[in-house]
Amino acid sequence: MKISNIFSRRNRILLRELVITDFKLRYQGSVLGYAWSLLKPLFLFAIMYVVFGFLIKLGSVEHYAVYLLFGIVLWNFFAEATGQGMASIVSRGDLLRKISFPKYIIVLSTTISALINLTLNLVIVAILMVVNGVHLNVSALMVPVYIVEIYALALGFAFFLATLNVKYRDTGHIWEIIMQAAFYATPIIYPLTLVLAKSALAAKILLLNPVAQAIQDARYSLITHETITMGSISKNILLTAIPFLIVIVVLIVGVLYFRKNSKFFAENI
Amino acid sequence: MSENSEVAISVKDLYKTFRLPHEQSSGLKQTIINAVNRKKGYEIQKALENISFEIKQGDFFAIVGRNGSGKSTLLKLLAGIYIPDKGSVTINGSLTPFIELGVGFNQELTGRENVFLNGALLGFSKRDMQGMYDDIVEFAELERFMDQKLKNYSSGMQVRLAFSIAIRAKTDILLLDEVLAVGDAAFQQKCYDYFEELKKQKKTVVFISHDMGAIRRFCNRAVYVDNGILTHEGTPSEIADIYLEENMERVREAADKQKDGPNLLSDKHKITGKVLKQAEKDLVFEVSYSAQDDDEMYVGISIMKEGVSVAEINTLPDKILTGKGKLTYTLDTGMFNNGIYQLDAALFKLQNKQLLEFTKRKSEFVIKGEDITRGAALKIKNTWKID
Repeated sequence: MKISNIFSRRNRILLRELVITDFKLRYQGSVLGYAWSLLKPLFLFAIMYVVFGFLIKLGSVEHYAVYLLFGIVLWNFFAEATGQGMASIVSRGDLLRKISFPKYIIVLSTTISALINLTLNLVIVAILMVVNGVHLNVSALMVPVYIVEIYALALGFAFFLATLNVKYRDTGHIWEIIMQAAFYATPIIYPLTLVLAKSALAAKILLLNPVAQAIQDARYSLITHETITMGSISKNILLTAIPFLIVIVVLIVGVLYFRKNSKFFAENI
Repeated sequence: MSENSEVAISVKDLYKTFRLPHEQSSGLKQTIINAVNRKKGYEIQKALENISFEIKQGDFFAIVGRNGSGKSTLLKLLAGIYIPDKGSVTINGSLTPFIELGVGFNQELTGRENVFLNGALLGFSKRDMQGMYDDIVEFAELERFMDQKLKNYSSGMQVRLAFSIAIRAKTDILLLDEVLAVGDAAFQQKCYDYFEELKKQKKTVVFISHDMGAIRRFCNRAVYVDNGILTHEGTPSEIADIYLEENMERVREAADKQKDGPNLLSDKHKITGKVLKQAEKDLVFEVSYSAQDDDEMYVGISIMKEGVSVAEINTLPDKILTGKGKLTYTLDTGMFNNGIYQLDAALFKLQNKQLLEFTKRKSEFVIKGEDITRGAALKIKNTWKID
């Protein structure tokens, strides 16, 4: 996998076509088709809003409904990119056994599909921001940075898990369990103020998780400055840097592990 | 091909083994159990051993062998789908990366969508494909079906579509694995026309097929692979003969085993045949038959080449047989081109033409000579007139 080849003409064409195919197949046979991409986050929001806005009041963050939806949308993006990226190599086994082409394109195409889905979901977030009267700040310009951060982390995991999944099909089940635990270890449905009230250390530890850090920073930038971020509870520059270092390490390890094993995918699937 | 034409594919000391995992060893549990028991979760299977050959530019190169001999593995190594354990594959020129038709076809997408997807796998952009789209559809004769999902296509239609896209690939070297195995006669004819076109364009083709006729007709060089070892290299005719002989050997073994096995036809009738003598221009074939009833019968023999009957004769209308006896037939072998032929005799009931019994062990004869046809069985008269 030479860097210069990654975006060669042939590979670009293939990547594009695989992303389009992925997207076409997603709502195959459904009456509403692509509309589901927008309807799903909308319904999810409605449920969350009723449960956590009226029934269980978990906290009093400003614009809590949008705050909640934005967090869920970002988490779902991470879950989708890692989950589908992990399954991508095995599920495209037929292709790998019959044709020679760079394998990373398969992983890349599924994560890009997840990215497209995120974009659609963000449209709903934007609409609700208007409805809720969220005041847009200059800091909103930072949101893409955090999305790139989550994407880089997801890509690293996707490469690593896709490789592992070829060897051990248990990977999918294990990852599912890890993701369920991680969902609750990440301040998505509960505001971090709840944790902070009990233990400042626990809040800091939770924020070392790059996904938690990125979601909180993105909420801070886009929705409300009330959001608790690492910056707001610690002035230690090292603690701020750790999540980013984790992202870089995961991405590098994932890519190297994938690269080392990818040439044997065709015979091992 | 001339001796000094350039090398297109060079294979040197190629080895390939596979790890065949035991049941369930792609699971974590089995891996742990195996590690505890110090057992390997797999068996090593040698797929290819010490393979070396060269393919020159413009060669139509056949890889021949029985099922499971390693032909397809070899082709996948050439395509870069597999990585060799040892040795090297050097490719000189652009190569089609696929070895089968319709790779990546998705049953849930329409024919049109699949054309673009398959095209992308061959390296064609959307714009390239738009330019070729009408030709592809027309050639595949699927104009009315392009907006239907592929799952509603017959297998023949899918192959036509795949073939129609694949032939647009503009590479110097093509790898073709069993393309002729699917599709009807009309499709085969299209394949043959395409092969002729490839030959004319001096493309390098590596071809796997069990169709010895096609190999004799199109290829100029061939190798025989047996159990992962390249045993013979030669002209397509030589290699095709080796293949047919090996296959005949297996058929004979099977027939010998079957002798004691259950018989679908009744045991009341027996027939055997053997070649008594073969001279330069003819041979004498002797048939022995016996029946336990007094039905009126007749004997037929058919002469086959590569499993296809090329001539048949029977004792009708005048020689009607009963009981048991022997008869001989003198066959004029001057009418046959070179190759290996089988003689099959059968006993029929006169009244309703029912097959009573046939020879389990086929007789064989070989016609030697220079190969000037593409594997045709019969010689016909030379009545050319040049204006």
